[in-house]
Amino acid sequence: MKFWRKPLDADKIQIPHGELHIVWERCKGCSFCVEYCPREVLELSIEFNSKGYHPPVVKKPDDCVKCGLCEMLCPEFAIWVTEKEVDKVES
Amino acid sequence: MSETQVIGKTPQKAEEHPMAKILRMDRIPHIWCSTCGIGTALTSFATALEKVNIPLDHICVVSGIGCSGRIAGYVKLDSFHSTHGRALPFATGLKLGNPKLKVVVISGDGDIAGIGGNHLIHSARRNMDLVVLCINNFVYAMTGGQTAATTPLTAITSTSPYGNYERPFNLPHLAASCGAVYVARWTCLHVRRLAKSIEEAINKKGFSFIEIIAPCSTIYARRNRLGDGLDLMKFYHDNAIIKHGADTRELDIGYQDKIIVGKFVDIERPTFLDSLNAWNKKVLGEKFREYGGPND
Repeated sequence: MKFWRKPLDADKIQIPHGELHIVWERCKGCSFCVEYCPREVLELSIEFNSKGYHPPVVKKPDDCVKCGLCEMLCPEFAIWVTEKEVDKVES
Repeated sequence: MSETQVIGKTPQKAEEHPMAKILRMDRIPHIWCSTCGIGTALTSFATALEKVNIPLDHICVVSGIGCSGRIAGYVKLDSFHSTHGRALPFATGLKLGNPKLKVVVISGDGDIAGIGGNHLIHSARRNMDLVVLCINNFVYAMTGGQTAATTPLTAITSTSPYGNYERPFNLPHLAASCGAVYVARWTCLHVRRLAKSIEEAINKKGFSFIEIIAPCSTIYARRNRLGDGLDLMKFYHDNAIIKHGADTRELDIGYQDKIIVGKFVDIERPTFLDSLNAWNKKVLGEKFREYGGPND
């Protein structure tokens, strides 16, 4: 992540980075994850899955900060986040 | 069809869900409708279980009949899918049979407050050491949307096509006035607060009651023309007021009205087993041996 100057606490605070996993065929297209993602990482796909729902797709994969809200809100257990490498703060 | 092949479209990895050690992934996808809130309540419960420091062997889930009653079949814990309304008596028996277990009752409003209402008040009165998660979607959803004991006034259901005129239960007030030691209410949108509340309730000794307001898209929202579950979630977002320690008498839910959520009661009171042991010890003296489980 790039800031206009190096934050003073950059050595203490590391921004986590998440990798999203979506089970395409398990999703029932409720779009809770799309609606409540605080970083607007997801969007509904144009394609259907075999049940006829529109599962989410990752729109901005680099913006995910692994807050895990999509994982907790998903009623279908079809989306989860795992930790990716920690971002280096640049200035 | 196997997940490993179709997980695609986004990052190509076929790992297992982090809650897979609590959920029976072979039973998923579950039967709940799209945009139903029960799955969200279950993820909150699973998140809370990851945080509590109790081995999973010592946690039992009991549920009754109804949409939320299916939860017992989806958790990878010792679980009971009991008869309609009798989840609390089953749980009472389980708890007294082996007091070392932590028994969690997860069921619907129709099951706990409607058909099992009498069991609710008596379990709360005795202060049985149980955790009750009552998932309230305002109707008897699985049987076709009949008026339940929690349906708000003027809401349309299949048995009240011109609107409901029966006064609904105020569940936190009912539980608190009967003697529950921990009473909270959250909606399915407050997942983190709900998970924290469930964690507190599991760690608390005594009858803990948490009402979870869940959207029902197919029955409740469709009949009342409220959109789908996402619209109800947005409604909770705009209309839920967090008020910890609020007077439970003011917690009535009106039709599409403000919903007061929060933790209302958190007190200490001797549980049923504590009272049983203390009283018998007092009356019988040395003759009485404290009951602590089947192997004692």
